[in-house]
Amino acid sequence: MTASALRRSHPSRRTAVRSVAVFLVPALALYGLFVLVPVVQAAYYSLFRWNGLQPLTDFVGLRNYQTALGNGVFLTSLGNNVLIVVLSLAIQIPFSLGLAVLLNRRFRGRAIFRLLFFLPYVLSEAITGIVFRLMLQPGSLVDAGLDRVGLGALQQDWLGDSTLVMLTLFVIISWKYFGFHMIILLAGLQGIPRELEEAALIDGADRRGAFRHVTLPLLGPTIRVSIFLSIIGALQLFDMVWVMTGGGPLNASSTMAITMFKAGFKSTQMGYGSALAVILFVLGLVVALAYQRFVLRRDVDGAITVSHG
Amino acid sequence: MRSRQRIAVLLATASILLSACAGASTSPSSSSSTPASAAPPPSSAGEPSSAAPVTVDWWHITTGDPGKADFQAIADAYTAAHPNVTIKITVLENEAFKTKLATQIQAGDVPDLFQSWGGGIMAAQVDAGALKDITSDIASWKDTINAGALSIYAYNGKQYGVPWDMGMIGFWYNKDAFTKAGISGPPATWDDFLADVGKLRASGIAPLAIAGKDEWPSMHLWTYLVLRIGGGDNLAQMIQSKNWNTDACTKAGQAVQALNALNPYQDGYKSATYNDEAAAVGNGKAAMELMGQWAPSVQKDQSANKQGLGDKLGWFPFPTVAGGAGAPTDGVGGGNGIAVGKDAPPEAIDFLKFFLSADNANKLNTDNVGLSPVAGTTSTVKDPNLQAVLAGRDQATFMQLYLDQATSPAMGQAINDATVGLFLGSSDPAKVCGAITDAAATN
Repeated sequence: MTASALRRSHPSRRTAVRSVAVFLVPALALYGLFVLVPVVQAAYYSLFRWNGLQPLTDFVGLRNYQTALGNGVFLTSLGNNVLIVVLSLAIQIPFSLGLAVLLNRRFRGRAIFRLLFFLPYVLSEAITGIVFRLMLQPGSLVDAGLDRVGLGALQQDWLGDSTLVMLTLFVIISWKYFGFHMIILLAGLQGIPRELEEAALIDGADRRGAFRHVTLPLLGPTIRVSIFLSIIGALQLFDMVWVMTGGGPLNASSTMAITMFKAGFKSTQMGYGSALAVILFVLGLVVALAYQRFVLRRDVDGAITVSHG
Repeated sequence: MRSRQRIAVLLATASILLSACAGASTSPSSSSSTPASAAPPPSSAGEPSSAAPVTVDWWHITTGDPGKADFQAIADAYTAAHPNVTIKITVLENEAFKTKLATQIQAGDVPDLFQSWGGGIMAAQVDAGALKDITSDIASWKDTINAGALSIYAYNGKQYGVPWDMGMIGFWYNKDAFTKAGISGPPATWDDFLADVGKLRASGIAPLAIAGKDEWPSMHLWTYLVLRIGGGDNLAQMIQSKNWNTDACTKAGQAVQALNALNPYQDGYKSATYNDEAAAVGNGKAAMELMGQWAPSVQKDQSANKQGLGDKLGWFPFPTVAGGAGAPTDGVGGGNGIAVGKDAPPEAIDFLKFFLSADNANKLNTDNVGLSPVAGTTSTVKDPNLQAVLAGRDQATFMQLYLDQATSPAMGQAINDATVGLFLGSSDPAKVCGAITDAAATN
């Protein structure tokens, strides 16, 4: 039935609306109860000085936000989140792309390599954190390994050195997630017909040119999704850092989520913690919306059903 | 017409739903106070027939045996003697307990008895109206309990809970490592201590274990220095006046810097957890740690051979500082207690009296569940090191509750954050005192 037919036949249109409602309401109700209501609640709490026990009486307006934006620890955390975003985009995604291209070639044992590279992603964040924490202790596996290959001079206090700790964490985060991005990109590569690249080669392009001008543009939508997931993941970073350093030493590896957790649940400053949560939420929302609007628009065009009623 | 009918049906449905909700929300509290079915059958003789069935809700966090079994046995003994009382025990893991308790307090449905550490968190619970003032209820038997321990569960001169475990922080040290470094006995002064740290380092062992990630272990060392330099009254004054820009605070920071200069800490101390710290001592990689009465058991658990140091482990109180106003018998300590919820029946407080009887206290001491603050029960603690801790506790001329618990959680966190910076070498004494003063002003 076409859209115009739907518009004309009144009763069936009503049925359609009803079935849409039936399917939509449960999902909307759950979403509203467990996503929208808490967001509004957090925004409300963030206007109070509140330790989580007493009634909400100490209204402070926007002072919690003022405190947050003037707080060195929160700004350090924000900087760390941004650092992880930048490093992920500059290093992790290109690395994953390179691997995906390699593993898209035909060779013996390809499936095994794909599996091996994807494996770290299967581990839970907490377990990854604990295992790496053990390996990075002074005198543990990493240091011993460096010693064994004659690079003992490179030994560091990997998690205790405040200038080094973010880089250490970035390497581990990359180790955990490069396989994930690789699989996404690999799937994208497999969606590109081989004939296109072949045609370019026949027309006289070299392999690099064919990749640069044919494969890469066609992979664009996939890369943009990968970048999007990477940014959102980096902004929310919590589990692994919490397990490995707790944001230390001296907040050097703190992230926004860690600052929020510490304020809310360690210091029981629920109002201030809520303000941090709202900042984190707004930041994520703005980034996500802007990205959808300006970067992903071409990709989602036509993919989203738009009502023509 | 039809629409009116519909509205009527809707209203009827809504009212049924509403009443159902109301029933659901009130039933837990009513069932917790008088569940007729759960009450034991009244004994045929002895008890007065007038005794109405009462349920006491008790939440504790002693998840391991023998403590868990001991608590159950004490409750069983009490209910056997008082058949009208049912003690409903809920055992929770520490973190789950904190979360669940906060939710219950917000909802106004507070357990009758629950785990408490006193201090700032208890004060917040009092301010939220969640606790019961039991000052007069326990007046007849409070003298059987160590006064310093009892004071931790008092706020604004009123008593809201009682202690069942109370210890004191001191240095736990490896006797063999001291002998090997040529040290004859525990240091009595801070200068001796620093000299011993130098000797230990020269002998090839890390002198002192701390935990940079968890922050609080080194905070205790700093607290002790403030206490030894300024004295107990001075420290109490700093907490009260919220002014930490004091001579004692600055000098304590300088003492930490003098210690830092000797490279005293174990490998990886900057990112170490408390468990890492305990493992370093338990495995003989570090010679000392400044810790509470639980240190030996954690060292044992965290050591590679699960044995810890055994007989090689010794204890000494924090040394005195030359020119300091503090007495060598001033201490930093804390422990575990039970707070009384706002709606607790008199039976709950009567049970606390029974819980803190000498027999039960001796039982907990014998099983190494805690160091009971009940008078005349110290002899049942067998471990010589714990005996030393108890002697320190009972002779204390001033007892400061762990500083991060004595104050509000926000303030405690600020103190931990500020002081760990000193030990990690990226702060200075004036900055620490300033940061704590700033935090005190807003909390």
